[in-house]
Amino acid sequence: MTMAGALNRALADALAADDRVLIFGEDVGALGGVFRITDGLTAQFGEARCFDTPLAESGIMGSAVGMAMNGLIPVVEMQFDAFALPAFEQVVSHVAKLGNRTRGGTRLPIVIRIPYGGGIGGVEHHCDSSEAYYAHTPGLTVVSPSTPQDAYSLLRAAIASPDPVVFMEPKKLYWSKGPVDTSLTAELRRAEVVREGSDVTLISYGPSMPVALAAAEAAAADGRSVQVVDVRTLTPFDDETVAAAVRGTGRAIVIAEAQGFASVASEIQARVFEQCFEYLEAPVRRVTGFDIPFPSPKFEHWHLPDVDRVLDAIDSLHWDDAPHSEETP
Amino acid sequence: MSRLRSPESATALLPRDTPVQLVTAAGEHTPDPAYAIPTDDELIRAYSSLVTGRRINDQCNALVRQGRLAVYPSSNGQEACQIAAALALRETDWLFPTYRDSVAIISRGVAPAEAMVLLRGDWHSGYDPHEHCVAPQATPLATQLLHAVGFAHAAKLRGEDTVVLAMCGDGATSEGDFHEAMNFAAVFELPVVFFVQNNEFAISVPLSRQTAAPSLAHKAIGYGMPGQRVDGNDVAALLAVLGEAVDRARAGAGPTLIEAHTYRMLAHTNADDDTRYREHEAVQAWTGRDPLNRVRTLLRDRGLLSDEAEAQFTEAAERTAADLRATMHAEPEVDPADLFRHVFAEQPAMLDAQWRMLQDEIDRTEADA
Repeated sequence: MTMAGALNRALADALAADDRVLIFGEDVGALGGVFRITDGLTAQFGEARCFDTPLAESGIMGSAVGMAMNGLIPVVEMQFDAFALPAFEQVVSHVAKLGNRTRGGTRLPIVIRIPYGGGIGGVEHHCDSSEAYYAHTPGLTVVSPSTPQDAYSLLRAAIASPDPVVFMEPKKLYWSKGPVDTSLTAELRRAEVVREGSDVTLISYGPSMPVALAAAEAAAADGRSVQVVDVRTLTPFDDETVAAAVRGTGRAIVIAEAQGFASVASEIQARVFEQCFEYLEAPVRRVTGFDIPFPSPKFEHWHLPDVDRVLDAIDSLHWDDAPHSEETP
Repeated sequence: MSRLRSPESATALLPRDTPVQLVTAAGEHTPDPAYAIPTDDELIRAYSSLVTGRRINDQCNALVRQGRLAVYPSSNGQEACQIAAALALRETDWLFPTYRDSVAIISRGVAPAEAMVLLRGDWHSGYDPHEHCVAPQATPLATQLLHAVGFAHAAKLRGEDTVVLAMCGDGATSEGDFHEAMNFAAVFELPVVFFVQNNEFAISVPLSRQTAAPSLAHKAIGYGMPGQRVDGNDVAALLAVLGEAVDRARAGAGPTLIEAHTYRMLAHTNADDDTRYREHEAVQAWTGRDPLNRVRTLLRDRGLLSDEAEAQFTEAAERTAADLRATMHAEPEVDPADLFRHVFAEQPAMLDAQWRMLQDEIDRTEADA
């Protein structure tokens, strides 16, 4: 099943399981979403459960707040990463804070689905990586799946969560395929070691996971045993799993597509330094996008982290067999 | 799906050229063919609430000067809007207020001390929204209008007859969320009453900088909902106009935009110097339209308000003020663990660790002391 299919199945199963769940946004009805994630849901569940709104992201987000206050579980679609920005005030000032403002009296079980990231040849404003904005906001849970199975299980978990979840869907993985067992559940706030290894830990999430896994494979061919961790929930962060993984290898690289400055990758790097310093054989490195506005389609292959860039980072980690240049007089 | 209105029916949505008034500034009833004056009992109840509302405003202004409230955005002069908003609703209806609407909230049944928690500064909201059907006071402008719309949408989807009254000021009508809320409510035909208290200034910026429209109520027609203008210092007219809109909403006829013409008699908050942007004479001119005096005169002239009843209202208001004063003068106990509570339904390990760090810091400070 594709990731898009898995997400569609998760939404259908959530609608069937709980009549408080409803879906709305732009083009989610008859069209089934521009990425077809809501395909067929209006036909199956009716206009009251999956419907199109006026073209207004703040309106979608703000009315979701009121709906959740009145006992429903809204799952809203923000069509494209950069189009979610008009809703940012509602997300930061209200969605993230209402539970706290009311001392837990009013919880907002809202799921905000945001297709994000590049690698699809999209034009300006269709390829941004905005996860750090949300991850910086206390009160939000920010999730990004990298496989069809996680897409299904984590979306079901997000809908079941009493807290608001920003669900970042990697656009370039929508058509990636993998097995999906709908009986499998996933826990939010849990990172997962998806590949065992003893020399170096690659830490990544969402759209960059295939790069991390391909780099691990390539490095293995060079004789390095590479461990790979999929963060899955960017915040609240699973320090325990990540720190345990890095302590086992003593070397770590964080890989993410987003621009690196003040990013989720920077945060993970800092946390690993703080918690694993005495175990580290080398500085924790980052491989990220450059600190530029997301480039035009013909440039994006230079911008996005790729296997070669990860392999170069692995080579730079103070290996005994290849002393790095700073040590050479 | 397409069911757009004809241009002919559009004029029926237009507000009056002059705001609806049922009681003149001098306290005389001016009959209106479209709006009946509320009953004597309703007017007496409204007057009694106005007396308490004014007293609460005065008390809170004093509490700011005494350093007991961090700030108080006063609704002095706007009490008729506050009281009418609360009285127009059934107990199960919902009110979505702004930071200036404390008197409306208290009139809905929230304890005055709970309504002041935000402004005192020991929590962001002092009451449970679901206990009184009152949303937390919103500080960002117009954002709460969308929450009201979503709340009403959920009520409609579930077949409940809840009506939602969403309050904002004239400045908020310039915000994008005001537009999006009006548009959503009209498109989905939701049971919402939008209630704009036009007090002529958004802090220092006059109405002429917020809109070039003939009135704020005129904006309604563009969304396909009726708009109406009402004298915001006439509690009788407010009750009639709001009441009609609430009835329309409950009957499934959709949203209404109501603009109340009123005036903020004091500065925006204690931190604002209103002499920099308006003349003393302009403010004084509004004292002649005071919302309390006119209904009092009407009730007195009709022989419905005895000295004894007046004394009772004053005494009840004094009691409310005294209770509020006593609670506010007691220094609130704050628990540092509250810093981390309620951020998430279930506290994440990240915040547990930060709380342990603070707890240790506090323990060491206390040990040193």
